[in-house]
Amino acid sequence: MRVGEKAPGFRLPDTNGVEHWPDGVTAVVFTCNHCPYALAWHERILDAARDHPDVRFLAVNPNDAERYPRDSYEAMRARVEADGGWPLPYLRDETQEVARAYGAETTPDVFLLDAGGTLRYRGAPDEDYSDPSKAAAWLRGALEAVHAGRDPDPAETRPVGCSIKWRG
Amino acid sequence: MRVELLWWEGCPSHPETLRDVERVLAEEGIEATVEQREVKSDEQARAERFPGSPTILVNGEDVVPPGEGEPFTLTCRVYRLRDGRPSPTPDREDLREALRRAA
Repeated sequence: MRVGEKAPGFRLPDTNGVEHWPDGVTAVVFTCNHCPYALAWHERILDAARDHPDVRFLAVNPNDAERYPRDSYEAMRARVEADGGWPLPYLRDETQEVARAYGAETTPDVFLLDAGGTLRYRGAPDEDYSDPSKAAAWLRGALEAVHAGRDPDPAETRPVGCSIKWRG
Repeated sequence: MRVELLWWEGCPSHPETLRDVERVLAEEGIEATVEQREVKSDEQARAERFPGSPTILVNGEDVVPPGEGEPFTLTCRVYRLRDGRPSPTPDREDLREALRRAA
């Protein structure tokens, strides 16, 4: 999926079994439990979600849990519970169909949709996984641009992280 | 001193890790070549006792030994920096300590 294209719809269950879907301005963040890059950016994604209650944030874990048990549905639920809850739902993409439809490559990989469901930003949350002060600046900048009716700049960056673990 | 860097292509961290190792070696004045070895299969991971990418061995010892029961498989390792943050690469001070112990 390229910037400017309409994003495919989906419905996926969160760690309580409740289904969620993109609705309005939506940040879809492919992420997981076991990847150090996803973990390094995790708090920044959560902070962005807290700071934008008007935006739907969806964290989606598509990894093959058979080979990577740390990414199982049970492990996802345990992680959210251990954290005392997250400000965004953590969704399980068991069939990996959503990740394939989006063309997600890594964890994390961020896709920002406008209110019409068109992809407006895709890539990394910010320029440096190792620097918390970057504060998911690319994602936040894209959100501000979409709210202001502008094109995000940058609109696309290279996703950085662990490869998505596809089923064999 | 023998320094080995084992890596798997599913993690993009090995170039940065190599830079870190070479930098610490230079800072410590240790002359050693970093032997790089790609791990390509779970079978190889088990045979090499590879807990994930990247893994750095100094004289055969992991600079950050994995936890008990850690599986040997193609995965990305989660290291902890000294300030507690998760990281795809070891803290450079952990590298430094391992190299000093072996020197």
